[in-house]
Amino acid sequence: MDQVERADALPVRGEIDVVLVRQTVRTWSVQQGFTLVDQTKMVTAASEIARNTVLYGRGGTVRIEALVEGVRKGLRLVFEDQGPGIPDVDLAMRDGYSTKNSLGLGLPGARRLMDDFALASELGHGTTITMKKWKR
Amino acid sequence: MERIPILRMGNYLLVTIQVDMHDRLAMQLQEDLTTRIAKDQARGVLIDISALDIVDSFIGRMLADIAGMSRVLDAQTVVVGMQPAVAITLVELGLSLHGVRTALDVERGMKLLEQSIDDQTFATRAHEDDGPGGES
Repeated sequence: MDQVERADALPVRGEIDVVLVRQTVRTWSVQQGFTLVDQTKMVTAASEIARNTVLYGRGGTVRIEALVEGVRKGLRLVFEDQGPGIPDVDLAMRDGYSTKNSLGLGLPGARRLMDDFALASELGHGTTITMKKWKR
Repeated sequence: MERIPILRMGNYLLVTIQVDMHDRLAMQLQEDLTTRIAKDQARGVLIDISALDIVDSFIGRMLADIAGMSRVLDAQTVVVGMQPAVAITLVELGLSLHGVRTALDVERGMKLLEQSIDDQTFATRAHEDDGPGGES
């Protein structure tokens, strides 16, 4: 099982927070020793999901966790909101599907950029997205 | 309000994005650029993104929209200086930047702009030459 070495939480309420989340994920992924490409992938995935949290989830929080599993190091991001929830998760995970006239790449794109991606959503209660990447 | 500066050089407009853009700033740039293309009668727009350490779906869409809008306003757009890690991430995210012309650096970007505007002028002239009265 992976262990959480340290963790931090940030608010994700507005578009300035999206920028702060990007910068924080960058700092943490550098500290965990990720390559530049993997840092970029994680920051991009975080940016997509943070924007979703603001636009669709009416704001929420993100927890950033530095992981260790034996000699492996990783990073876990948990985005949580108490928004309306996602009615059809399968549809939302599809490339090009959007309810807000965006490109519809946020969820499926973030999943491709990370190693692990889990989405739990309950109508009327909110959405939690957990994603992980391990250092190669 | 915070704004990204747009420089004019002859027939061209130059933009260097040097800040971690939040979404409203990106929208503002799009608006400012289209206004300036019309006002300055610019033939080309060069956008330098070498300082951007990520391009997510929102920024990617902004770049594609700027290219599309300037085309409608009879100007060409070239995006230059994308970092390799950003390019890798962008493709995996699912963004192909369709319709956006790119070059490795500012110098090549300028050449591409000059070339495409020359080609266009030539094509227009050739078209005008055999234009009216082809049958008579």
